[in-house]
Amino acid sequence: MPPRSEGPEEVPISGDDDVVRVRQLVRTYAQQTKLSLVDQTKLVTAASELARNTLIYGGGGFARVEEVSDGRRAGVRASFHDEGPGIPDLTLALADGWSSGSGLGLGLSGARRLVDEFELDTEVGRGTVVTVVKWKR
Amino acid sequence: MERVPILKIGGVLLVSIQIDLQDQSVLALQEDLAEKICATGAHGVVIDISAVEIVDSFIGRMFATIASISRLFDADTVVVGMRPAVAITLVELGLTLGGVRTALDLERGMKILGQLGRGRDF
Repeated sequence: MPPRSEGPEEVPISGDDDVVRVRQLVRTYAQQTKLSLVDQTKLVTAASELARNTLIYGGGGFARVEEVSDGRRAGVRASFHDEGPGIPDLTLALADGWSSGSGLGLGLSGARRLVDEFELDTEVGRGTVVTVVKWKR
Repeated sequence: MERVPILKIGGVLLVSIQIDLQDQSVLALQEDLAEKICATGAHGVVIDISAVEIVDSFIGRMFATIASISRLFDADTVVVGMRPAVAITLVELGLTLGGVRTALDLERGMKILGQLGRGRDF
């Protein structure tokens, strides 16, 4: 077991080995929050899609992962930050099968289905922050 | 970047993924497999993912790509050993892997290849 992590932790995303590192960090938090194996897998998969988006479409950035609580239950929050071109058409970007790049167009829409909370903050020319939360059941 | 080894058993190429795959490793594996199928004349490819903890859209697409490439070399591909949590996640992600043959485990995967290649010398 990796050492228990306290507070938010950040990982830079500047190459595709960083995507692997983000997955590992999110898994560590999901395990210590005791998410079920299926929920761990869903969250890590969503994180993998979002970290790749940060790298490919955002031109790199960083991920922040932390344990959160709403008073009743614990969860894991992961956010993905870039200072890339931003997303001009959100409806389109969140549609299944639409891709501005060479992907399958499942990244954003698929990641959204795998988590409990999904927030997208983007501005053309400024960048994008995607935040997801998975709660313990 | 880590490379995934490809083993040859008779007319079958066996790929057992034991590392946390980064995108470059995925692309390298596709190329290595194409070369190896061509060089060996293998009739079948088995991809064992029993040690794989997550399959995202990039890795999932690799299975479909490998199946299509091997088809061009007259070889069949079977993906074996998918974990239940991975299967549930893939479906929710929206990736159904249509066109990719799967089997529960390596033994059944080899059996499927044997049936598909009946009459061939395995």
